[in-house]
Amino acid sequence: MQKVYTKIESIVGNVITVRAEGVRNNDLAEITTSRGKGYANVIKLDGDKVSLQVFQGAMGVSTGDSVRFLGVPMRVSFSDNLLGRIFDGAGRPRDNGPELTENMIEIGGPSVNPSRRILPNKMIRTGIPMIDVFNTLVESQKLPIFSISGEPYNQLLARIAMQAEVDIIVLGGMGLKYDDYLFFRNTLESSGALSRTIMFIHTASDPTVECTLVPDLSLAVAERFALQGKKVLVLLTDMTNFCDSLKETAITMEQVPSNRGYPGDLYSALASRYEKAVSFEGAGSVTILGVTTMPGDDVTHPVPDNTGYITEGQYYLKNGHIEPFGSLSRLKQNVNKDTRSDHRALMDGMIKLYSAYKDSLEKRSMGFMMSDWDEKLLRYGAEFESRMMDLSVNIPLEEALDEGWKILSECFEPNETGLRTELIEQYWPKER
Amino acid sequence: MASTASGLVSGVNGNMVNVKFSSQVIKNEVGYIHVGDTRLKSEIIRITDGIASLQVYEMTGGIAVGDEVEFTGEMLSVELGPGLLTQVFDGLQNPLPGLAEKCGFFLERGVYLDPLPDKEWDFTPSKSVGDKVIAGDSFGSVPEGIFRHEIMVPFTLQGEWRIKSIAAKGMHRSRETICVIEDGKGNEKELSMIITQPVKVAIKGYQERVLPDETMVTKVRIIDTFLPVAKGGTYCIPGPFGAGKTVLQHLTSRNADVDIVIIAACGERAGEVVEILKEFPELTDPKTGRSLMERTIIICNTSSMPVAAREASVYTAVTMAEYYRNMGLDVLLLADSTSRWAQAMREMSGRLEEIPGDEAFPAYLESRIAEFYERAGKVKLRDGRTGTVTIGGTVSPAGGNFEEPVTQATLKVVGAFHGLSRERSDARKYPAIDPLDSWSKYEGIIDKAKVAEAYSYLRRGSEVGQMMKVVGEEGTSLDDYVVYQKGEFLDSVYLQQNSFDPVDAAVTVDRQRMVFSVLYDILTSSYSLEDKKDARLFFNELRQRFLDWNGTAESDERFSVLREDLESFYKGRRK
Repeated sequence: MQKVYTKIESIVGNVITVRAEGVRNNDLAEITTSRGKGYANVIKLDGDKVSLQVFQGAMGVSTGDSVRFLGVPMRVSFSDNLLGRIFDGAGRPRDNGPELTENMIEIGGPSVNPSRRILPNKMIRTGIPMIDVFNTLVESQKLPIFSISGEPYNQLLARIAMQAEVDIIVLGGMGLKYDDYLFFRNTLESSGALSRTIMFIHTASDPTVECTLVPDLSLAVAERFALQGKKVLVLLTDMTNFCDSLKETAITMEQVPSNRGYPGDLYSALASRYEKAVSFEGAGSVTILGVTTMPGDDVTHPVPDNTGYITEGQYYLKNGHIEPFGSLSRLKQNVNKDTRSDHRALMDGMIKLYSAYKDSLEKRSMGFMMSDWDEKLLRYGAEFESRMMDLSVNIPLEEALDEGWKILSECFEPNETGLRTELIEQYWPKER
Repeated sequence: MASTASGLVSGVNGNMVNVKFSSQVIKNEVGYIHVGDTRLKSEIIRITDGIASLQVYEMTGGIAVGDEVEFTGEMLSVELGPGLLTQVFDGLQNPLPGLAEKCGFFLERGVYLDPLPDKEWDFTPSKSVGDKVIAGDSFGSVPEGIFRHEIMVPFTLQGEWRIKSIAAKGMHRSRETICVIEDGKGNEKELSMIITQPVKVAIKGYQERVLPDETMVTKVRIIDTFLPVAKGGTYCIPGPFGAGKTVLQHLTSRNADVDIVIIAACGERAGEVVEILKEFPELTDPKTGRSLMERTIIICNTSSMPVAAREASVYTAVTMAEYYRNMGLDVLLLADSTSRWAQAMREMSGRLEEIPGDEAFPAYLESRIAEFYERAGKVKLRDGRTGTVTIGGTVSPAGGNFEEPVTQATLKVVGAFHGLSRERSDARKYPAIDPLDSWSKYEGIIDKAKVAEAYSYLRRGSEVGQMMKVVGEEGTSLDDYVVYQKGEFLDSVYLQQNSFDPVDAAVTVDRQRMVFSVLYDILTSSYSLEDKKDARLFFNELRQRFLDWNGTAESDERFSVLREDLESFYKGRRK
């Protein structure tokens, strides 16, 4: 298998073709070019014609460059030495640390048997009221943050990385601006969270192919840690870049595009990654929080659309805060019954009042008279936005619930809140 | 008979493998690709110039040119026999719990287990030596849970056969020979309780197909009263993500008035299947008082499992449905979601480099969808009994836009359309079936003329509502405003249903008829109302009382009190 091939027959996009025998589908090859050594993987076999996708891009590849098949598929090293390290999309160190070669594991492994899955029932605390109180994140959940370019989604992810009550964070960056990469690194370093973090970062200037490997690398590592009993949170940003890279590869391979140029298997490609979110019975769990930027703020764009069909809810990050409407954690019912007796009722009550506030706001903007009740709602809305929705608010769930009661008591009489009497007796702040 | 052709891999492209074969192969024949020690199941989907193209039901990593392929001479088939109920299979009828025992947390490729356990069953013969049988005839039965499971002559047999020997009543293993038949030419065939049936061939073996004329009760008011589904009919539920397709399907799978429910989770979230797996054994079937699982089969090929097996999974499910139908049972097949199945076809078509149709779906998309839904139906069996297969499929249209190929192709062939709307689900109006866009061609549980009249209030109410958005409440006449309020009233007390409320979640036919008669009376009465404010207050109060009544169990003593209360309230204001 160690034979070296030096006749590259075609180079199209990032795909090269050589004639070789005994090569297996998905195998890895080492390609030596004038720019140094790099990797490629087999994506198509046709007789003795082998098509490979070159990770670093085919720019500058000569037809006389040498290709050596390694006889193994793409793998990544797995051990505790990964913690605190930063790698690129091909698994090479980005942080000047040593290259890791021990205990190599395959990426993109098989799916979990549905009959071995368990019902998720543990909440992940993040210290962000809009998540903890209103759309609780649950262990083994897969949730995207639907956002628009320019919104502070990376800041939000960094905060969750610092605060989330999990054992290990795996951060997969795809098409990140270099500044954003430095931001993540510096923020996690200064908060001390870097020691429990592993980063696979593909920046916007790196080769496209490497972008498509980031989720697989991140999730393969996360899955192994989970099997060892760790609670792992995988943060992926930005999945739209991942999909665009898939699109680029598919088009160069002359595949028939389905919707806006994206390949027909976009749904399957996304699902096979997101479905890695799982809770293992008697071991740990993998939770996935991804960012999906919506081109043109259009939720019907193929990427957010397919994502929405796969994930268990979504957070909308708009105008700098997590929108209370539209955001949804499909699994929150599994956990918010056991947190505190007022959690569900307060969550529903506050949202209903906030929605009434929006109506009053609309009325005011149309120039209608404001009633007493409208005035109360307007005050409530402003308080809710600054003390709950603002992303800088950072308090544990219990405090956030207490704060909620405080806001209600400052703006309303108990019977105006629509909350049950026994809850009001128990939680309504006594002195005013 | 079986050809034992073999071949060598000559190319790999995604989940399609090209194989150069010796001797002869059959289209849609199953082959196994040998990769090291594992054998990967695949199916021939095209043959060109001595090369067979196979779709592989597993991940294709590691396959090399020159790998050996063995062909089986059989088309992709499932095993049918006692023991199917309560099981959880993947798209190729691999029992998932069995796989978990063998392989642990992950689905290892190339592991294929016997779908049906070789268990002992209490067999009672119904034919005797010398009797003539043809394909589909029952020659005995075993009890499977609460059902009499007929043991039938394989559906694929041709011609007339004579029973040469048959086992006596008593315990027999499902794989042992219990009957030997021979044809006129002296060919003999040994039969066991298990038969093998190609999934893409519809099961016949009945006298004739008849018109589906009986309503399948789902205990969802908007469906049973306004948009009914017949036993043996077909319906589809398209809707954007988050509109409640799966919740509606789960509700139906629990409450539907049928004997057997087959759930095909096709390319959707694994977590949703887990919910069924954990909940169903705990829930009791109101019809039989037994665990719901005892009437359920789950075919589970979730989104991250191999795509080609997803394509097979809906056929696997419908074949099992037809099998139980031929025992004279009513079977409901719920497929969630048919769009994922269509996407699997699209992926394969792309690999075959076929000329793409709309949105890159293959040109045969429509005929495949039609073929699938046409396997539903009501049949009269040879002994005069009837059996039905009802198919309900969800559709996940891209961007929630119903103008896309899968939704459109499905609408052409189904008998009822339950379109879910984002607007209704955003407003928390569940079930989010859009009452004005949706339609049904079947008979419901309530007189058609009355339903149509109730419908007219809904339609006119919505028109007035649209108009009011432009001219404001001031510019609307009181009469129009009352129509608008009546429409809203109908929507909130009858069309919407709280699936989390223990009483409101499932409403029996009798109760629906009773509630509808009151509702009909309210809608068709005129009231003396002073102005719009008075009208609003009147309908608000009426709604509150109606909802309280809806939430009260019939066994509750307050039930009749609340009804009288409600009736005296609106009758007091009647003109």
